[in-house]
Amino acid sequence: MFIDFFYLLRAHELEVSVNEWMTLMEALSKGLHQNSLLGFYYLTRGILIKTEADFDKFDGVFLEYFENVKNLDAIPAEFYEWLHDPKEMKPYDPNEVDARTTYDLDRLREMLKERLEEQHARHDGGQYWVGTGGTSVLGHSGYAGTGILVGGEGGRRHALQVAAEREFRDFREDNTLDLRSFQMAFRRLRQYTQQEDGPRDQLNLEETIKETGKNAGFLSLQFERPRENAVKVLLLFDSGGSMRPYSRICSQLFQAVDQANHFKDLKIYYFHNCVYEELYKEPSLVQDSAVSTLSVLNQLGREYKVIFVGDASMALSELYRVGGAISYQHYNEETGLTWLQRIHARFDRTIWFNPIPREYWPYDYGADSIRIIGQTFPMEHLSAEGLARGLKSLIAAR
Amino acid sequence: MTEFKGTSQYVVSESLLRSVNIAIALSKPLLIKGEPGTGKTMLAEAISEALGKKLLIWNVKSSTKAQDGLYVYDTVQRLYDSQFGGEGVSDVGRYIKLGKLGEAFRSEEQVILLIDEIDKADLEFPNDLLWELDKMEFYIPETGETIKAEQRPIVIITSNAEKELPDAFLRRCIFHYIAFPDREMMQQIIAAHFGALDEILLEETLRAFYLLREMPALVKKPSTSELLDWIQALRIGGIQPERIEKELPFAGVLLKKTEDMEAAEYHFSRGKGVKSGKNGVRW
Repeated sequence: MFIDFFYLLRAHELEVSVNEWMTLMEALSKGLHQNSLLGFYYLTRGILIKTEADFDKFDGVFLEYFENVKNLDAIPAEFYEWLHDPKEMKPYDPNEVDARTTYDLDRLREMLKERLEEQHARHDGGQYWVGTGGTSVLGHSGYAGTGILVGGEGGRRHALQVAAEREFRDFREDNTLDLRSFQMAFRRLRQYTQQEDGPRDQLNLEETIKETGKNAGFLSLQFERPRENAVKVLLLFDSGGSMRPYSRICSQLFQAVDQANHFKDLKIYYFHNCVYEELYKEPSLVQDSAVSTLSVLNQLGREYKVIFVGDASMALSELYRVGGAISYQHYNEETGLTWLQRIHARFDRTIWFNPIPREYWPYDYGADSIRIIGQTFPMEHLSAEGLARGLKSLIAAR
Repeated sequence: MTEFKGTSQYVVSESLLRSVNIAIALSKPLLIKGEPGTGKTMLAEAISEALGKKLLIWNVKSSTKAQDGLYVYDTVQRLYDSQFGGEGVSDVGRYIKLGKLGEAFRSEEQVILLIDEIDKADLEFPNDLLWELDKMEFYIPETGETIKAEQRPIVIITSNAEKELPDAFLRRCIFHYIAFPDREMMQQIIAAHFGALDEILLEETLRAFYLLREMPALVKKPSTSELLDWIQALRIGGIQPERIEKELPFAGVLLKKTEDMEAAEYHFSRGKGVKSGKNGVRW
């Protein structure tokens, strides 16, 4: 049943498995769709689709497949009134019903169309009009072998109508790189180790047995520290003017990192285009919030994962010249590149995330500086995919 | 057939109602996702109340292991007991304590089992429960006992989407996403909690609330539960409805972050030239 629908879903990259499909078949045989298209819609979506990001895609496929049923939408409201409160069914007469089970769908549609034009009142218990409790092939709560269900449970709000609203459009994954996908990516940044501090509250059975044995059978419990995430992060944000177009994505990245509570330590600093003698605690880069870059570097161990976020687009003098920093008040004694290389050498793992899509790197305004910085730091595009890859490289074994 | 129809306190959308009943009929776990504060946890309570079945809650934390839900073998206690020659040490069963899942399987009557915030746990956590949720049974090697559900519990699982759940796990669930309630639905929810409210109060409150939610700058959007708290606060404080529009009394109930308070103040004060006041943000 509906096997085409199954393949249509799969053709639209909705990864419906055979198991789920069988579950749907079981549900249908139990009548959980309650004989309505709306019920069928919720049933299939609940069983087959497992993320709200796919709801919109599903709605699209559902519409595509069931669109030819849509003309039932045109049933006038008064028909539903006549069909309300189904009348009690007449005694079953097999002869009368069975004779009519051979109508095919086209014939039934034709009949429905005729009735819609000529019916002006409620009719129950009969065989001709759209009604309840009878043997008419049109209506509900009756005996017809095959027919078109009109009204009944869920009839007033049509499934195609729900699907047509496509209210989940916002959730489509290809469309957004939202906070959640950032968070998800950062959750992968975990490295478990035996911690050096923290309470010893996990029983080490092996050691306990060993120690108890040594203790001539007198119980000696041995505890150890549980494993915890040991990842420490140093996040450096470019807060310069050319980053403004990416402020939304950067602010989401910032929130994701800030809310991730699984890091052992997290330090966040800002810089303007390139790092020099000073880093800033505030994105506004005001002088009050400046700290010496060297003192920051000296406080942090090699194990800090360094994440740069910036467009790496700047004049080459900002990288190559003493005093070439973009900020007029600031005179740098050492070149920007020296500083970048110093940071790179100071830590085990570094990564640079660039909000400019990779394909533009060779042609963008900052093509030269992107290339030069890319020689020092591994660089990834700031997208869900690039982020996942980059973060993975931070913890992968070398 | 057991059917859930909602309760007087808990307003269910039609689609959620269907999902719940589908899950019950197919005896599959129902996975509920949605923004915080859309009543995911309350759903299980409502189902339990409506169906008159006992509710077991398994609160998942970041340190929770799948094993904790099945049973815990209290080795330390047993070792201590053996040291002092306590009675019944040889009976391992005495030291097996069933977890929530175990309890739910053991129960003679059908129960509702809420596995709350499954995404808090480790990434592997859901995978470790596949068999148990599928077959509704597990084996305790220490005692050689198999705990099998006589009455398959109705399992409700909630997730805040902090982590992605594994596909194999998802395939076994019925999925439902609770969308944030629209105005109409919200009015029903408020009516369910407070009965008939002053219409102007309701109007003004909802207006301010949805205005706040639409602000892109907010780090943490206020949710349904915060709105309900806010209305409660406004009622207790005897705030005149007209004031809601001008000031935002008890803004702290809605907005939990300093930067959000500032953002709200900035957003609303533009062009209206109003200063910050004592009772909240004025604009």
